[in-house]
Amino acid sequence: MNQTLSPARVALVGNPNSGKTALFNALTGARQKVANYAGVTVERKEGVVTSPAGRQLMVLDLPGTYSLRARSPDEAVTRDAVLGRLAGEVPPEIVICVADATNLRLVLRLAMELKQVGRPMVLALNMYDIAQRQGLRIDLEGLSREIGAPIVTTVATRKRGIEDLLAQVDALVEAGHLAGENVWREPNAAEIRQAHAEAQRIVRTYVRPPEHPDTWTGRIDSVLLHPVAGLAILFGLLFLMFQAVFTWAGPAMDAIEALFGWLGAAVAQYIPNELLQSLVADGLIAGVGSVLVFLPQILILFFFIILLEDLGYMARAAFLMDKIMGGAGLHGRAFIPLLSSFACAIPGIMSTRVIDSKPDRITTILVAPLMTCSARIPVYTLIIGAFIPNTQVWGLFSLQGLVMFGLYATGIVSALVVSFITRRIFWRSTVEPFLMELPTYKLPEPKSVLRNLLVRAQIFINRAGRIILPMMILIWVLSTFPYPPEGAAGPAIDYSFAGIIGNFIQPLLAPIGFNWQMSIALIPGMAAREVAVATLGTVYAVGDAENNIGALATTLSQHWSVATGLSFLTWYIFAPQCAPTLGVVKRETNSWVWPTVMFVYMVALAYIASFIVYRTAVALGGG
Amino acid sequence: MNNISTRPGADGAATEGAVVRLCDASMGDAGTILEVRAESHSTAHGVGVEELQRRLLEFGFVEGARIEVIHEGAFGRDPIAVRLDDMRVALRRRDAEDVLVLLDKR
Repeated sequence: MNQTLSPARVALVGNPNSGKTALFNALTGARQKVANYAGVTVERKEGVVTSPAGRQLMVLDLPGTYSLRARSPDEAVTRDAVLGRLAGEVPPEIVICVADATNLRLVLRLAMELKQVGRPMVLALNMYDIAQRQGLRIDLEGLSREIGAPIVTTVATRKRGIEDLLAQVDALVEAGHLAGENVWREPNAAEIRQAHAEAQRIVRTYVRPPEHPDTWTGRIDSVLLHPVAGLAILFGLLFLMFQAVFTWAGPAMDAIEALFGWLGAAVAQYIPNELLQSLVADGLIAGVGSVLVFLPQILILFFFIILLEDLGYMARAAFLMDKIMGGAGLHGRAFIPLLSSFACAIPGIMSTRVIDSKPDRITTILVAPLMTCSARIPVYTLIIGAFIPNTQVWGLFSLQGLVMFGLYATGIVSALVVSFITRRIFWRSTVEPFLMELPTYKLPEPKSVLRNLLVRAQIFINRAGRIILPMMILIWVLSTFPYPPEGAAGPAIDYSFAGIIGNFIQPLLAPIGFNWQMSIALIPGMAAREVAVATLGTVYAVGDAENNIGALATTLSQHWSVATGLSFLTWYIFAPQCAPTLGVVKRETNSWVWPTVMFVYMVALAYIASFIVYRTAVALGGG
Repeated sequence: MNNISTRPGADGAATEGAVVRLCDASMGDAGTILEVRAESHSTAHGVGVEELQRRLLEFGFVEGARIEVIHEGAFGRDPIAVRLDDMRVALRRRDAEDVLVLLDKR
């Protein structure tokens, strides 16, 4: 019997903040797949669920939107998928319109647009428990008659109403309603007004206003959006997040490092061929390890971000930060991607997808790597330890700590300046409107937070892995071949392509105080910033440099002048010493233009800044 | 339509029936949306005034909607957050120029 039921495609459409993703998770559970739509960098989330009748349903979670009149790449995907115009995507047979039951007016307008498309539709009134608690009365039958679609009430976070919803989908498929004629077209201003009036009328007729409207949101906002207290709390939260990212992640990061070290050594034993052994242990395993080591930090950071997002706070953070970011030509929403970039620019750049407009998004991508990512920390720690005396300033702060803070601050300020200039050069005077719903506060559901966290981690590992692996192999090749001649005195890397390139660019870097050892370290350092520490260890013949930073610092302080040390620090604030980031930019922008622009401007900035710092330090007697 | 008042009185109290542009409204100002225009803009928009008008309409800035300014940003009192019927929406003052609000009697 079951074999005779043909599978059906179902698309979830709804406003942002309607609990659409929670509903998707409740429907499909773990049976979901995250990929990208062909040609665009919009996440495609699909899952499978078996309906009560035993039918296989392929559920597609489409990006949230207020209208089919798309404004961002995400919303264009929603429009095209619903209209059946999306290349490589089979049009859905059934549309589930997901609505926040406590906030029906806007979604009714979307539902009316969806009706015009002509596909059979179910309206899911989600968060129905909250509506009931507020004493909101909805005449479900009347509403259903009015919009001409069955209605199901759901509480996605508690998996209530899911069976009913699936049964309705079954019924619609069973009834064999074929998609009617599509009469949708972009509404003009007059039509939007008319649709609003209609939605308003429907709400007045079938919805009785809540007896106990939510007053918490207003009360919480009076503190969290307060001009002074709100900003203080935001910065307090940021401080807490940083503390968590950098302290809680420590043990897990050590464990991952140890695991990959052990894995490299263990695997190496079984590979007789020395070259293959080096490729697998030093290239692949060490390379993947050097990126995965950031996973604990990224997970902690995303944990906070997802928690605050589910709570409804992220829109408030964007509100509070908008003026500061807007002054630099950035959108308030750029706040989240830039925040993520403090752990690693790669997830930061991937999360710029929340930004509607292309100029806003590209500007954010371009400046994201200027945020001090955690891969810079080993480099900063090494150089600061070697060259900055551990003294107290005004009896309060340690000088080393102040320098560290200065490096972070320089990164942030330069990101703002660069974005300001970028806007001037590329998109003069095109500031997109900033319109954003401030959703009602909701208590995050632990399960959904956990699931989202796992999805994020999976995406990071997948995407990063696909880009990072080839980079790692390339850099391993450069650092390994050709072999040093018999009886060579210097370290092997000096004779490799990396050494040749390093020696070749050394005259260019001499004006900023770099010696050949440093120039060489920059090449493998392209794999990930902290790899430079290991390479410096190799060229200065300090064994296991990453775990013995003290010994390397002593060596460096003997070989480098203070001016050189400061110049190297400055270089690391700006230089694009991270090939995976450039790869991700190529992927996210679908063009080589932006990674090239990024590489050129960052190298230029690094060179100029290091030159100024080096020359100033030499003039002051630090040479 | 030249009868749009600039902010009345130094005391900031609006008189009955005063019409203000939303971009000039202060914290606590409440009223009804009188008109949403697509006028020439003092600062160029990336999207054009027609598109801005449609976006405002889509968010529920429609004639007759109840509106109240409930929060202001710390710097230059920008952006603002408004209660729009039963929703809360944040927007920049520069994007709120074409929304005309008929203020309630205080």
